[in-house]
Amino acid sequence: MKELPKGQSIEEKQYLVRFKADTKSHLHVLDADVCATKCPDKLCTIFCPAEVYKWEEVRMHVGYEGCHECGSCRIGCPYENIRWEYPKGGHGIIFRLG
Amino acid sequence: MAEKFDAIVVGAGPAGTACAYTLAKAGVSVLLLERGEYPGSKNVMGGVLYRKMMEDIIPGFYKEAPVERPIVEQRFMMLDEQSALTFSYKGLEWAEEPYNNFTVLRAKFDQWFADKAVQQGALLVNETVVLECIVENGKVVGVRTDRPDGEVFADVVVLADGVNSLLAKSLGFHKEFRPDEVALAVMEVLKLDRRIIEDRFNLEGDQGCTIEIFGDSTKGILGTAWLYTNKDSLNIGVGAMLSGLIKHKLKPHALLDYVKNHPMIRPYIQGSEQQEYLAHLIPEGGYRSMPKIVGNGVLVVGDAAQLVNAIHREGSNMAMTSGVLAAEAILEAKEAGDYSEKTLDTYRKKLLDSFVGQDLKKYQDATHHFERSPQYFERYISMMNRAASQMFTVDGSSKWEKQKKIWRDLGTAREKWKMARDLMQAWRVMK
Repeated sequence: MKELPKGQSIEEKQYLVRFKADTKSHLHVLDADVCATKCPDKLCTIFCPAEVYKWEEVRMHVGYEGCHECGSCRIGCPYENIRWEYPKGGHGIIFRLG
Repeated sequence: MAEKFDAIVVGAGPAGTACAYTLAKAGVSVLLLERGEYPGSKNVMGGVLYRKMMEDIIPGFYKEAPVERPIVEQRFMMLDEQSALTFSYKGLEWAEEPYNNFTVLRAKFDQWFADKAVQQGALLVNETVVLECIVENGKVVGVRTDRPDGEVFADVVVLADGVNSLLAKSLGFHKEFRPDEVALAVMEVLKLDRRIIEDRFNLEGDQGCTIEIFGDSTKGILGTAWLYTNKDSLNIGVGAMLSGLIKHKLKPHALLDYVKNHPMIRPYIQGSEQQEYLAHLIPEGGYRSMPKIVGNGVLVVGDAAQLVNAIHREGSNMAMTSGVLAAEAILEAKEAGDYSEKTLDTYRKKLLDSFVGQDLKKYQDATHHFERSPQYFERYISMMNRAASQMFTVDGSSKWEKQKKIWRDLGTAREKWKMARDLMQAWRVMK
């Protein structure tokens, strides 16, 4: 494991981004028990670039509203425990520049 | 909207729009579906757009398209914690027409390009997700969208739905990608006065500069950071294999902040103001990860077909060429009245014969080799820095002594052999 200094908080970065959140989530953790019992590192809480996933003692909180729709969680979850769809047309992240 | 078109293109990025533009220009009825609020609103790129493949589609495009700066200098920085060994090429032939490449901001550029396809007669419908392909008798005949009554039909469907390519997966064209087949890239757009940019990067007028940064910028994981000049902003980003980020338990945005605060990079961006933060995946599996790209009534183009040359940071150009070649195959199929896999397969053949297929083949082992061998990025870049420091520091010891010290720094005899082997291997996968 490599160490990095604590950088800017993700909230400060996410504040720069425009989102049009749908009312329902396009991301679903299929089985919370898998996160609780099989995944001590809760890897998605580390590599998700928007910190959408937050472990709350017994369950995974999914802040889908801030999702960049990159797909890393679907591919990176070692237990294929995330169902991943696109948000409804016109919803989700809206990049203005890059 | 139970209508029928000659062709439906899913995704208005460079591949999809190039395809729709070419089809519409030839008089084919084409529906271009985009899930974002506007084309580009879901798209991210480091920022370099190559002139040639875009100009094959729209000659002289850069005179009116929202491009940022023509790149006249490409720098490559081998980064250690407190030092950097940099080489660069700067050439004024790139400062004039026809130019080599430009930085672009994708949300602006993609909108412009899609508008051009619309002017040719393509029907662009935004805010529409394609949920699945409609398959009848083993042939794709249309798509089901998330709009009410959202089935649309066509003779042929082009999947330009990007790196995640859920549609090609659902057709069984590829399995789910592995974390060692994709790089996760995060980027920030930083606003900075254009005169400051020109001073800092040694540029005159509209000229631009790109810097690719290897080594400590990804903490030794396979990947790169980049710093590109726009007109009055900078794009700074870092992309690393998802497998590497997972293995080392690194947050990508913490890595980006590390790069931004690195003493070799910090001075370039000092005083800039954050404008946007973006994350996206890059398909880096190369030739070996290419899915099936042709079926009955269906073609796959761009990132969805994994068309990225990670070594040369090319992707959008390959996407455009694939879109054009797909369109040409569709025009032939229309002529023949046959949209079977056999007829459409001319697309695959032409793509593999073009620079796209040739370059993917050339580097087919590169990503995999460097992914398996972390010493290149973890050890050798540091070593090069130490050697340069040793050789260029004048401290009273002779140059022969210095060479001996550098030689000793390469490690034991066994480590030197390993290094020699690694150099050979690197040559083999890159040649």
